[in-house]
Amino acid sequence: MKDRIVPIVQSVPRSAEIISMENGLRSLYEEIADILDQDEVEKFPSYFIDDCMYQVVSRENYSEALPQAAIYCDGIHMVRDRVTALRETQVFVPRIWRHFISGVRITGISDGDIHARANFLVTEAMSDADPTVFLVGQYLDVLVHEGGSLKFKQRLAVFDNHHVRRSLIFPV
Amino acid sequence: MEHAMAAQTAFSNEGERHWPIEGWTRVPYWVYTDPDIYERELETFFYGPTWNYVALECEIPERGSYKRSWIGERQVVVVRGENDAIHVWENRCAHRGARVCWKNKGKEDSFTCPYHQWNYALDGRLQGVPLKRGVLKKGGMPSDFDNAQHGLRSLSVHVEGGSIWASFSENPLPFAEYCGEDVITNLRRQFPGKKLRLLGYNRQRIPGNWKLYFENLKDPYHATLLHSFLITFGLWRADTQSESIPGEAGHSIMVSRNVGKKKTEAAAEIARFKESLELEDSDTVTPRPEFSDGKVVAITHFPSVVVHQQANTFGMRHVIPKGTDSFELAWTFFGYEDDDEEMTRLRVRHANLYGPAGFVAMEDGEVLAESQLGVHHYGHRAAVIEMGGREVERQDHMVTEVLIRAFYKHYRSMMKL
Repeated sequence: MKDRIVPIVQSVPRSAEIISMENGLRSLYEEIADILDQDEVEKFPSYFIDDCMYQVVSRENYSEALPQAAIYCDGIHMVRDRVTALRETQVFVPRIWRHFISGVRITGISDGDIHARANFLVTEAMSDADPTVFLVGQYLDVLVHEGGSLKFKQRLAVFDNHHVRRSLIFPV
Repeated sequence: MEHAMAAQTAFSNEGERHWPIEGWTRVPYWVYTDPDIYERELETFFYGPTWNYVALECEIPERGSYKRSWIGERQVVVVRGENDAIHVWENRCAHRGARVCWKNKGKEDSFTCPYHQWNYALDGRLQGVPLKRGVLKKGGMPSDFDNAQHGLRSLSVHVEGGSIWASFSENPLPFAEYCGEDVITNLRRQFPGKKLRLLGYNRQRIPGNWKLYFENLKDPYHATLLHSFLITFGLWRADTQSESIPGEAGHSIMVSRNVGKKKTEAAAEIARFKESLELEDSDTVTPRPEFSDGKVVAITHFPSVVVHQQANTFGMRHVIPKGTDSFELAWTFFGYEDDDEEMTRLRVRHANLYGPAGFVAMEDGEVLAESQLGVHHYGHRAAVIEMGGREVERQDHMVTEVLIRAFYKHYRSMMKL
């Protein structure tokens, strides 16, 4: 079983190069948030390399190093299967989600792997109710260059919520 | 005026609480919404002479390891004490009622209430009261204050193959007797005494009445229709050899078999069978044979937990009521300590079926929330529970609601409704 990559957190110089890389990451994160918010989840797997890890996991499991995750994808096939299930089999009440991302930060660079983190907040609105805060947490990411663009080797959406309210339907 | 209002309230309650004349084939919707009924349920079931699931032994591996848990709306602490004895006590200081334990999990030599520093041993005995004899011969506790009379309130405890159960009753039935023969046999099948390995948690808050969750796991009929993931990949289908077994004390068992993906006559009738659907990662729906009987078993152990074994995932689904219209569903996933690497990998993968984002369980959260919204302010209406007949005896198929009928037979006798 593949373990989660432990984030590298070192003192990264606040150089023009790093700041420019962070701007690039911020733009990438906003692009992904946008495709999710616009219900274009089919594009989501294209942001991952084949040998990837994608998890939406509670802080409880993450801090105890327990392997279980609410959404657990080991490899691109499992990421694509999430999309297939969402579109083909799953029954849920339609609603609108909106991602808010802040604090994008590169925390370490090692052998071409970029370790980065960011905060996320996702709101949820049912068609007959006002939006509520659905999930809040932190992305812990490892990105690599592949085919001229940055892709996720690992994306962990570690949420601070004690509970998931009702259902977790879409990727975060 | 006051008198008139009281009379009217009494009258409307009485009216709402009339159980339909058809008996256990009907469930009046006020059982999901009436606050008085809810309070009585907590007293009758969770705080009464029942056994409640609280934790797994592998969560508290060492002396002093503890975990906070719940029985109904009451918080308890589960602790491993001296000589591996397991203790469960109310998380409520014997002095002023503050919570003694402030963390969900950890390890301590003893517990000290932060408010006035009363100190308790791992088993809940009161060990020390600061300034008990006063200061400069002034103040302090009365000379006849006896620590032995002021410990944390301890519960009765039973450990069954690594699963920990507690009761507020001082003289509960022996655990196996409370379970009944079918349930204890199936529990021991999954908890044969092998050491367990904790794989993780999922916590979900479902905006529905807590009983709806038990009914969901007493309803194999819905699983053959709603969950196309199960149906399509042969993990749970109406055309497999199966059993619906009502048990003692509100428990029940559903038995099925993993048969794989195939098209049959019955499947053609099931609208959500997706013949063309393929997964890229077929591991997620391919169990490695594990039990020689080839069965898939879901036990509803009333009132606190659903125990599942599906594909290679094992889980305790702890039901924690939070008012008439909400409950926490705390999933604990586990395997055996002697599982090989590959089995652990499969258990973690197969758990994608369950939890708030589960390919299967997500849909249950959705329909239960919608059920609660549907019955809101329709207390004078009732559910119709006639699939598979009107009786309450075990059946050898899953096109039935017999387990729900048997449950309401028990519920009505306990609640005197």
